[in-house]
Amino acid sequence: MRKGLIVLLSFVLGVFGLLAGCSDSSSGESKDGEVEISYGFWDKKQVPAIEEIIKQFNEEHPDIKVKTELIPYGQYFQKLETAATGGALPDVLWMNGPHIVQYAEGKVLLPLSDLAEKDDYSLDNYPESLIDLYTVNDEVYGIPKDYDTTGLWYNKKIFDEAGVPYPDDTWDWDMLKESAKKLTNKDKGVWGFAAVMGNQGGYYDLIWQNGGHVISEDGKSVGFDQPVAIEALKYNISFIEEGMSPTQAQMNETAASDLFSSGKIAMMFDGPWMVPEYKKNPDLDVAVLPKGKQRAVSIHGLSNVIAANTKHKEAAWEFVKFLGSKEAAEVFAETGTVIPAFNGTQDAWLNSVPELNLQAYIDGAEYSNPLPSVKNTGAIWQHETDILKKAWAGEESVEKVVKELADKANKELEE
Amino acid sequence: MEPLPLQVETKRKLHVLSYASTKKRSDYLWAYIMIAPTMIGLFVFYLWPMLQTFYFSFTEWGAFGTYEWIGLKNYTRMLSDVNLLQSFKNTGIYILFTVPLGIFLSILVAVLLNQKIKGTTIYRTLYFLPVITMPAAIAMVWKWLYNSDFGLLNYLLSFIGIEGPQWLTNPNIALYSIIAVAIWSGIGYNMVIFLSGLQGIPKTYYEAAEMDGAGPVTMFFKITLPLLSPVIFFVSIMSLIGAFQFFDLIFMMISKSSTALENTQSIVYLFYQHAFVLNDKGYAAAIAVLLLVVILIITVIQMALQKKWVHYD
Repeated sequence: MRKGLIVLLSFVLGVFGLLAGCSDSSSGESKDGEVEISYGFWDKKQVPAIEEIIKQFNEEHPDIKVKTELIPYGQYFQKLETAATGGALPDVLWMNGPHIVQYAEGKVLLPLSDLAEKDDYSLDNYPESLIDLYTVNDEVYGIPKDYDTTGLWYNKKIFDEAGVPYPDDTWDWDMLKESAKKLTNKDKGVWGFAAVMGNQGGYYDLIWQNGGHVISEDGKSVGFDQPVAIEALKYNISFIEEGMSPTQAQMNETAASDLFSSGKIAMMFDGPWMVPEYKKNPDLDVAVLPKGKQRAVSIHGLSNVIAANTKHKEAAWEFVKFLGSKEAAEVFAETGTVIPAFNGTQDAWLNSVPELNLQAYIDGAEYSNPLPSVKNTGAIWQHETDILKKAWAGEESVEKVVKELADKANKELEE
Repeated sequence: MEPLPLQVETKRKLHVLSYASTKKRSDYLWAYIMIAPTMIGLFVFYLWPMLQTFYFSFTEWGAFGTYEWIGLKNYTRMLSDVNLLQSFKNTGIYILFTVPLGIFLSILVAVLLNQKIKGTTIYRTLYFLPVITMPAAIAMVWKWLYNSDFGLLNYLLSFIGIEGPQWLTNPNIALYSIIAVAIWSGIGYNMVIFLSGLQGIPKTYYEAAEMDGAGPVTMFFKITLPLLSPVIFFVSIMSLIGAFQFFDLIFMMISKSSTALENTQSIVYLFYQHAFVLNDKGYAAAIAVLLLVVILIITVIQMALQKKWVHYD
């Protein structure tokens, strides 16, 4: 029996080993009038910039000590959810678009509109679409920190060899398709375009360019099953069908960005976060996205938010204001990691890699649409991936999958 | 790990203990104090979460720890969940291949490495290396090997005129590609357990058998295998449980945007999706409970069947 017990115990322990969670508490202490607040974020690359900003902040506010909490992105939102459940969020923290509604409606974040009004803090200093992104039920919850749009990256060498002119702001969908056709070279193993299945900088942008919508204004339905959206998805997939793009399976095995940076793909849509990677290959450059029926590009950016139950509201707000200031934006721009959201401070970022036409990203901000954010954005994204991939792989028709997707996504919106 | 060959020894010790049945109470108290850290740890980190998981499987999870009692709804929902059924099927196929094949191959390797050959330690180390390698690293390396356009495997196949398949993105093949990696990476671990089991078999048996004129094959089936059966039993229970919890390789090797995912995702993968991606922790808890029940039943069956083939002595 003892033997049995041990076996039984080991299996019970084994099964539930995977359920082990963890929580962490963080709260400020005050001594001698000094206040300590914590700042949660995920990107290790931005630590030097953040440390510099805290140093500058302390010159103005020597009595507010900021403790940084770096949590890798893979665990960030899992950890935040646990922390929020236990009332232990960092005082100030990074937030992204897909999660803002869930956190704002869950009442774990502090609304900032009143504070901004009281202090005369202008929200006009940031791209409007970013303020919209962090506005939930008419309350602003986040002060924009940075942003990213999408550009059309291209390989100049492949263009020169095929005698195709470089993309510019006159390009439209037909031009993209025609050029992709000319650039595709089966013998050399070169594809004209990578029709990556991705929402930001992918089919969302195309749906908007074709005059469609992703989520309706009342937030009750999705627009994937509308004729304009179907047309946009079909346009996207047609590159694969006509052999101008690697197949879905090929792009699953080897990331399109790897194929692109090694000269196997002539053009693809990608975000500014790829600049550090793509700048290594001198053949690559970037232009604005081609236009469809209209110009459109998706925009997403992070913002700094404050936990609702912070013990040091004033100190946290002072810090968030400083993080959203011109000085802080300039520090971010100079380190070249992100496009700062504060209007007019982007020049420093442009100059961080002068040989690339980074202006394309900033031009895009003018006609950008924020990534839709609803209470259960994560679930809708999951459905998009699960369902649309069947169309991308050519297993099912676009008409069929969008119907399934719309049904499932609309159900999520009802909840 | 329980050193099964020492069974006899332990029994003898217990016997001695019962003679000294007038142990002072304080001795027991100290014993309990000594095991308290482990017991408290077990209770806080395993038993309590387990009970909570059971409770939450009857709830619907909202944002930030809010939940609502919904009775058996999570369980009735399972009945019509196509993905759950498919993931049980995938896990079944996975178990069917990895457990018997894995045990067979590790016994084979253990018996071979139990011989007196030159460089045994080196071979043992080599076979054990995948066990101490991070699963993520294993997954990444095999992903490159399997790459249909640039991978080594298809490159080698091209020499003999075979156009290799898309190992990880073809829905009909992907699961088997992963199974191969899982078996490969699991051999070393079981091998070490079998080796210790083999070394617990007294040499005298073999000597006696040799005197009687038994060949190596007869000796293997008449001596080695029966005496190894407690270890085989232990390994088969552990590998079965491990196989039911199969997750990391799928997570690392199969892209979410691949149509092969549906044909490879395991029960635990589905659990992960519901718990951490879809934030549907109530349903995820129900899946975990179902998994617990299934493993429990299968383990009980295994325990019952052991009388038929496991020899302790």
